[in-house]
Amino acid sequence: MCMLSTKATCNSHGQDSSYFLGWQEYEKNPFHEVNNTNGIIQMGLAENQLCFDILKSWLAKNPDAAGFKRNGESIFGELALFQDYHGIPEFKKALAEFMSEIRGNKVSFDPNHLVLAAGATSANETLMFCLAEPGEAFLLPTPYYPGFDRDLKWRTGVEIVPIQCTSSNGFQITETALQEAYQEAQKRNLRVKGVLVTNPSNPLGTTMTRNELNMLVSFVEDKGIHLVSDEIYSGTAFSTPSFVSVMEILKERECDENGSDVWNRVHVVYSLSKDLGLPGFRVGAIYSNDDRVVSAATKMSSFGLVSSQTQYLLAAMLSDKKLTKNYISENHKRLRQRQKKLVSGLQKAGISCLKGNAGLFCWVDMRHLLRSNTFEAEMELWKKIVYEVRLNISPGSSCHCTEPGWFRVCFANMSEDTLDLALQRLKAFVTEYYNIPEVNGHHQTIHLNHSRRRSLTKWVFRLSFDDRSPIPGR
Amino acid sequence: MASNSLLSKIATNDGHGENLAYFDGWKAYDGNPFHATQNPDGVIQMGLAENPLSLDVIEEWIKKNPKASICTPEGVAEFKNVANFQDYHGFPHFRKAIANFMSKARGGRVKFDPDRVVMAGGATGANETVMFCLADPGDAFLVPSPYYPAFYRDLGWRTGVKIVPVDCDSSNNFQVTRAALEAAYEKARNNNINIKGLIITNPSNPLGTTVDRDTLTSLVKFINDKNIHLVCDEIYAGTVFSCPKFTCVTEVLQDVKNCNRDLIHIVYSLSKDMGVPGLRIGIVYSYNDTVVNCARKMSSFGLVSSQTQHMLSAMLLDDEFVSNFLETSSKRLARRHRFFTTGLEEVGINCLKGNAGLFCWMDLRKLLKDQTFEAEMVLWRMIINKVKLNVSPGSSFRCVEPGWFRVCFANMDEHTVEVALKRIRAFVGLEGDKKSNNADHQLFVNSPRKNRRQEGLRLSFPATRRYEEVMSPRMISPHSPMPRSPLLRAS
Repeated sequence: MCMLSTKATCNSHGQDSSYFLGWQEYEKNPFHEVNNTNGIIQMGLAENQLCFDILKSWLAKNPDAAGFKRNGESIFGELALFQDYHGIPEFKKALAEFMSEIRGNKVSFDPNHLVLAAGATSANETLMFCLAEPGEAFLLPTPYYPGFDRDLKWRTGVEIVPIQCTSSNGFQITETALQEAYQEAQKRNLRVKGVLVTNPSNPLGTTMTRNELNMLVSFVEDKGIHLVSDEIYSGTAFSTPSFVSVMEILKERECDENGSDVWNRVHVVYSLSKDLGLPGFRVGAIYSNDDRVVSAATKMSSFGLVSSQTQYLLAAMLSDKKLTKNYISENHKRLRQRQKKLVSGLQKAGISCLKGNAGLFCWVDMRHLLRSNTFEAEMELWKKIVYEVRLNISPGSSCHCTEPGWFRVCFANMSEDTLDLALQRLKAFVTEYYNIPEVNGHHQTIHLNHSRRRSLTKWVFRLSFDDRSPIPGR
Repeated sequence: MASNSLLSKIATNDGHGENLAYFDGWKAYDGNPFHATQNPDGVIQMGLAENPLSLDVIEEWIKKNPKASICTPEGVAEFKNVANFQDYHGFPHFRKAIANFMSKARGGRVKFDPDRVVMAGGATGANETVMFCLADPGDAFLVPSPYYPAFYRDLGWRTGVKIVPVDCDSSNNFQVTRAALEAAYEKARNNNINIKGLIITNPSNPLGTTVDRDTLTSLVKFINDKNIHLVCDEIYAGTVFSCPKFTCVTEVLQDVKNCNRDLIHIVYSLSKDMGVPGLRIGIVYSYNDTVVNCARKMSSFGLVSSQTQHMLSAMLLDDEFVSNFLETSSKRLARRHRFFTTGLEEVGINCLKGNAGLFCWMDLRKLLKDQTFEAEMVLWRMIINKVKLNVSPGSSFRCVEPGWFRVCFANMDEHTVEVALKRIRAFVGLEGDKKSNNADHQLFVNSPRKNRRQEGLRLSFPATRRYEEVMSPRMISPHSPMPRSPLLRAS
């Protein structure tokens, strides 16, 4: 008899995947601007470090909220005792309004339909517990966030069936791909309970088109299943086309309570980890129009409530509309600039990206640098980039991409100087390794210089996991 | 085959445990909450195991240590690093601080390894996580009764793990015996139920007692012999206020020959010992490396807010604070316990002799019409409606003997305790002039809500049922008037 549970001894937390191994290597030799300039630069971490100054300056101006005080009097005691899983009402109200503001106030959110969770990690898992039985499936477009393998599947027993997307159309979801995924699930005897999309997309860094969204809504309407829209990057949509939330589509289609039941089957996941750059605070949320989902998820949130002191602080912050307005626009501006820098730097190295307008990363096309159009070649290239170029980026295979050669490269979790350095290294690598002359924004045909290729067996890759936290940074 | 329902079974079944008659007491309270000046005839909340008695000590420390907050001018330099930190190992100094506090709460008799400290979403999250690590759906855990009602949800709702109660009764002060364990274990096995372990709460909720060393040793021997797990929920360890002192499971491991430490796991939290349930600090501490690793990965689903980790690290590494806090808390709990139980004894009501926890296990068997649970319910409704105290009936803890009630004494001020005692005296008939005139109130009181004051930040209480110790329907004790926040107003 096995002493521990199957969950404890199996692999479906997904943390032995390559995505996390690169992170391990980073941990062993992390870049530091002063102390370790030769170290590995972390570009696999989708964090938003660009706007902390705005939050810090707000704190300086708002000492009461900052110090759990009300009129100079401490309310620590109240906060210490507050464990109501409905959350602090002011916080939910402020959060609902913030979500609305991000969507240009085109839709509004009812705080009573908002359920708090300990990060989007917990929100996504909780939704799966509410919507599906073990053994049932959700369809997800590839490429997708590697952490979904853990968040959606591990303890819930839910299966993921991929909706294959390709570069032929910028990785957009097509009707054909949807239907094929659905049929694949049926072939595998899996009952499909819904579709889960991330919009804006991780790892693509793009927002979903109205077309795609409408198609998805029609699809789930037709099949009588759920649609979960993970919109945790909604506040990072920094350039056109502007972000369209699935809630907007529902509103346009007039799918309100008196209309189609699809209204009750669309659920949104949100978090402050990406938009506000506060992953440590563990603030996630589920929004659903279905009272039963709200009720069940609320009870489940007992397993991961948001710390009351954090709710209190954020309630004050997000209630300050001057702050939120300024933050949202500054955030867009800085992300846009930073992304531009990465894109143009990559271009100089003869590398192009999927045209992105959101997120904290670019979906980079290095297919032309592959020895062959295979995932083995992708891994070889990736190892070179980690060990030689000393950049931790995420290989597309870890995101379940069907095409080898794509990589996710983050740009918002480092200083500008560090980004410059990373780009220099990459350019030097491409130039030296592939023996191409200085490229001025043109894509050159690469001729592999075999005499310069090092033996690939040189890199000993430790596959066993030594229990480093992979930082679920998406 | 898969069900046809659009939502999962878990989402639509009763596994959350909130649809119990038990909540009638809460309804009565919510509808008519006591307030010293504004609603002196309201229902007094004695069903909530909270410990606010020493929060002032914590507040003092916070005032004196602005650097511990990432929001103050003194501490804001750390804001970025803290806000950014989501490593599921937690801050090293946080783990060290927790290990330190756990040790001090056990009188320094046990040392804890910070690398085995794993975060969870409160003890609620910790208990669930441990089940996910140790058992598969359909497996079972032995749980001595009476036990914390929410175990039904925490151990079993999403995990599919079953509870097999091990019944204890007053014949031996509700102690768990080896014989009872063996009987429960055999019976389960004969019914093809796969027992994966035993979970105990020590100090016990609802009994308010610690498990003595010999009993604890016998429990470890039992699980060791059967090669099943032992989970010790020690969340009340720091609330021990009188003899005998608390014995942590770690202390007896050396007394058990060939003890397999891979079977030993501790669940901890700061919610009771420090009175900070809102901060959601739950801990899984296991001697099994695989469980530590697995629980740590699972902690992603319920990490402690980095803001909270940061503050608690500084606080709990301050040895002077910790010693002072534990000593003060213990004294105040002892005093409150003594005050309350003495008051009860004066009217002939006895409690199980308790030395820990935030409650008494009150013996009202002689007030029952007959020794049945129906009679217990009748008595309970009378206590809620006539005496106007929300206490928790033993049946809700799956106690096998009718007539026992858990009464919390720490979650109110002293004046309120006096009022509660006065009412009890009157009910028992010894205070002639203070007869209960409110005789014929119905169960669902229709009287206008006095004192619907919006205390603190919690401004409205939805009519949905609540679960005690999981959610509190208000932010602060209803017995302490606090001004409404000018900073945060609901619409």
